[in-house]
This record gives sequence, structure tokens and C-alpha cells, in this order.
Amino acid sequence: MSLIRLQNISRRYQMGAETVHALRGVSLEIARGEYVAIMGPSGSGKSTLMNLLGCLDTPTEGSYELNGAYVSEMDDNELAEIRNREIGFVFQTFNLLPRATALRNVELPLIYAGVPSDERKKTALGALTQVGLADRVHHKPNELSGGQRQRVAIARALVNNPAILLADEPTGNLDSKTGDEIMRLFEDLSRKGNTIIVVTHEEDIAMRSRRIIRLRDGLIASDQATRNGADSINPSIHQSNI
Amino acid sequence: MNPLSELHEGLGISVDAVRANKLRSTLATLGIVIGIVTVTLMGSAIHGLNQAFIKSVSSLGADVFYVQRNSWFQNYDGWMNTRKRRPIRLKEAEAMAQKLKLASAVAPAIWDDETVRYKTRSASLVDIVGTTEGFLETSGVGIAEGRFLTAADGEGSQPVCVIGNDVVTNLFRGDPPLGARIKVADQSFEVVGVLEKQGSMLGWNLDNRVIIPIRELVADIWHRPNIDEIDVKAADASQVDEAKEELRQTLRNIRHLRPNEPDDFAINQQDLILTLFHETTRTIAIIGLFITSLALFVGGIGIMNIMFVSVAERTREIGVRKALGAKNRSIMLQFLVEAACICLMGGMIGLAIAWVATLAVSKWAFPTSMSGPIVGMALLVSAMTGVVAGFVPAWRAARMDPVEALRNET
Repeated sequence: MSLIRLQNISRRYQMGAETVHALRGVSLEIARGEYVAIMGPSGSGKSTLMNLLGCLDTPTEGSYELNGAYVSEMDDNELAEIRNREIGFVFQTFNLLPRATALRNVELPLIYAGVPSDERKKTALGALTQVGLADRVHHKPNELSGGQRQRVAIARALVNNPAILLADEPTGNLDSKTGDEIMRLFEDLSRKGNTIIVVTHEEDIAMRSRRIIRLRDGLIASDQATRNGADSINPSIHQSNI
Repeated sequence: MNPLSELHEGLGISVDAVRANKLRSTLATLGIVIGIVTVTLMGSAIHGLNQAFIKSVSSLGADVFYVQRNSWFQNYDGWMNTRKRRPIRLKEAEAMAQKLKLASAVAPAIWDDETVRYKTRSASLVDIVGTTEGFLETSGVGIAEGRFLTAADGEGSQPVCVIGNDVVTNLFRGDPPLGARIKVADQSFEVVGVLEKQGSMLGWNLDNRVIIPIRELVADIWHRPNIDEIDVKAADASQVDEAKEELRQTLRNIRHLRPNEPDDFAINQQDLILTLFHETTRTIAIIGLFITSLALFVGGIGIMNIMFVSVAERTREIGVRKALGAKNRSIMLQFLVEAACICLMGGMIGLAIAWVATLAVSKWAFPTSMSGPIVGMALLVSAMTGVVAGFVPAWRAARMDPVEALRNET
């Protein structure tokens, strides 16, 4: 059974008098444990797709099933709950709270999940250890390097054991060496069984995943396994309906 | 997420936010500070005036009721209507003394004037007051020498009297008055006490009087069961109105008046000062309330403004929190708590200023005091202002679209 199933998803925005068709009927399935890259030029709809996958937004038409739940029919509160439980976000600009320590930042999803304080600290510490930052828990973001900040963000994304890790240009604000470290961390997490979706416009970042979905003009232009993907699992590939 | 940890999180965030913007937050509270200073000073002033008033009420006799047939203030028609009223009886005073709970003293009284003789000297037109031991308290007289009437004197084996200062001067001329015997309307009384000098009131000499037990007066001089008045003193100067009502109902009961019948007696009171006091405190309250609500309104707008700024500045943070699973109500609560915290801070600054001002006022003007309830009310009012003023900004924050919020570049 697929972890993610999108059926004929459309998303339109009203920009003044003009209607923007960001997505024009996308169908897509992603299985548990996959490592997928979503690519496309700006305006192709990849941000919109990421927002929909991350349950930050709901489609105008079509249905989205995540881990057995119909996201497309949810209200604000249910969406918040499902984001808290099923999605771990990693952003290009890290989006850490500047005045909070690394530990506090990682604790945040657990606070909204209603986890009691002691357990929260323990779990957050575990997540930070997992990304190699056990010795930086009490540092604030401005006391950490870019790579370390992104690691804190990844720890925060992982702390609730989400169904998917959703990364939006995770190396966009990092130098290539640090970016490489972060990508290795993703590969490591993928090997441990995490489902990872990376949105990127960088070919070499995408090539490190096992499956690349390319968008153009709100439709899936191609959906192919990479060399990494071809020799491991065989993802269900859905061609776009061009 | 349980409400308590939600509140705790909100509190932590707002303390951080206030700390990060110390100056801005402090300036934003200015209106609240003024509002709280006013409301606290007003409350303290009224409280202080109340205390001072309660003290002066007793010394001025405003807490004493005079139950009489007629009201002090009535015109000829009123008098015609009331002249058929029953006279006041001594046994009514006794019944009242037993039943009243809010009264500290009950004294029946008869006023007469007679010629008083001592040895060969005599004085005419001396005020003879027939009363009981309660009169000491209801009239507020003091004893200069000896003692006042006691309950035992009322039973009267040995007729006794207490005399005023002028009687001593006029009749005794240097003789020691205590233990001497004087004659009032040919009845002999032993002098057991001398009153302190009181002077005169409205041209009426208060020192030319002889006070004797009311039973003696009724039995030997007056020869009638009717008395002039029953004086009742309220036990607590702050419960004068309650005591008056109790008195009215009790006497109606004693007289078996039906609910639809009007009172057939009058309760007189020196209530000019009461009226004046109520007017003063009401004026202070109205002015204070007006300034307070104006200041709180302006202050509230300031808070609303600063909260809009805070929400706009933290749009990205709101987006992140929502992405991590914060529900609308968590965001709402966060900003409401922040607004309440800023206002509470203003409230505390206001209380501190008001406290200093209160000390100054009680030192140089009139007694004031800051009580616990006033402090509590001030804090509650400031927190409530925060919640009300923060509602719209918090609502806007809560309703923010997470996608838009995350895209925000500030």
C-alpha cells in the first residue's frame, strides 16, 4: 500500500483578476521508505506540490491520501494535527526560532503533540544525538554554523517520528561541503527506513535520491528511478497524463 | 496538547518576546500604566475616605437614630397627618433592645424641664433627661467624675442622677457634688456622676441638664407611659443603612403593622454628613472611572497596535509553528498571553507608581490605603485589557495561512 496517493490533484490561485493554475491534475504514489526528489523550474508547481504534500495547503480538486487519511477533506485543526504527526519539515532557511536553544527548537513539535516535559527533553536529546549535535543542545541558532543549524532543523523534523521527511532546498543556503554532509545525513536516514521527499532545482542533489519526479507547467513531466533507485527497490512509477 | 502546557508554552514565548523588545513593550504599556494608576488611586482614595468617614460618623453622631412620632423635616400637612400616631412607649424600647442585632446601644429618653434644688439654692428650667445606661453611648457624652447610670439604677431602690457641668457651677459653688442630694420636682436624687463639659449646639446649652433613670421620671414626675424618643446607635459605622432598616422592620413588627400600612413612627438621623459623604465618594468614583476607562481605552489601542506589529514581525515564526503542528487556537493563545503579559507588566508598573502616590497622599493630604482587593482588581483589569486589545491581532495571527506565512521574508 502506498504511503502517499495523489489522485488528479489541481490547485488554482486567484491572483487579482487572474487565475493561476499551479497544478493541473497530478496523480502520484509514493511508497513507505522511498527517497524521492521533486524537480522543476520555477513556476512549474513544485512548491505548490510540496505544500500540498506537507498538508500546509489543500487541493482545489482531487484527493490526497496520506498514511490512510484523506488529507484533502480536512479542516485547519486536523491538518495541524496531521502535520504534527506525519510530516517533518526541513526548510532552505532552516526556520529555527532565533531565541530558543537547539533543544527547545527540537522540542517544539513535541510541545504541540502534548508530550510531557521530561519525555520531551529525552526525545529531543535523542534526535539531536542522531544528527550528531549532542554537544550543542544548549546553543542558540546564532551560535551554530549553517550546517549545524540545518542538522537542528532535521532533528526537529525527525523528533515526532513522522511518516515523511519533507525537505525544501535543504542545501540551498549551505556551501557545497556542508551541503554534501547534509545529503549524506539524508542518505543515512533513508537507509534507516525514513521516507524522504526533497524538493530541489539542483541536479546533483536530485541524483542522490532514488527517484526523480520532474514537474513542468503544473503537470508531471517525468517520473524516473535514478541509478541509486534502479538497483534497490522498484518504486511504482506513474507517468504523467500529458 | 493539553491547555496547561499550552499556556505554559505561551507564557514562555511571551516572556521571551517582551524581553527581546523591552523598550517597545514598556512604552506600549504607558496607557495601561496611567489607567491602573488612576483606578488604584481612586480605589485607595475612596477606601481611605471610607475609613476616615467611619471614624467621624461616630464622633458626629451620624450613626445614631432617633425614633420619634414625627419626622424632623415635615410641613404642617405632614404634621396633621401624623398627629394621630401612637405615642412611643417605654416597653417598645425594651423590646427593641432585645431584638436589634446591628445596634450597639438602645436608650429610651424623655425630655422635660424642672426646677432643681440643692440645699437652699435652686435653678429653674433645667433639662431633665429620663433615660437608661444606653444613653451614655447614644449621646456620646463623657463622664468627668463618678459614673453614669447603670442597669441597676433603672430598677431604682435609691434614686440617683448624673448632672451637667453648668448644674455643678450654678448649684454647688465649690461643694463636692458626688454623693450630694438634689431635688428634682420635689423628688430626692443622689448625685453619682458629673458629665464632661459639652458646650452648646445650635444655641442649646448641653451642660444644663440632669440625667435620671427613666423609670423614676415616668413614675414620679411624668406620670404617663409615653416617652419622647428611643435613641439607637448603629454597632458598625459602615453599616448605618442596614442598621436603620433593621430598626424600621423591628419596630413595625413590635407594633404589628401590616405590610401595606405605612410606618406610624419616624426614624430621624443627622444624615446630612452621610449625604455629603456619599456625594463626595460618588464624584471621585465617576471622575476616576472616566479617566480610567479613557486611559485604558487609549492604552488598549496602544497594545493592539504593538500586537499587530508583533504578529507582523513574527509571521515567519507563526508559519513555522503551524508547520510543526500548532493549531489555530495555540497561536491565538500565544498572542493573547503575550498581550496580557505586556498589560500585566503595565499594571504592575502602575501599581508601583500608585503605591508611592498613595504614601505621599496619606502623608500630606488625607488618609488613603491600598488594599488587597484593589491590587487584585488592578491586575485583573490590566490582564483583561490585554486580552481584549490582543484579540484581533491574535485572531489575525491564528487565521494566517501557513504557506503565506512561511513565504514571508521579514
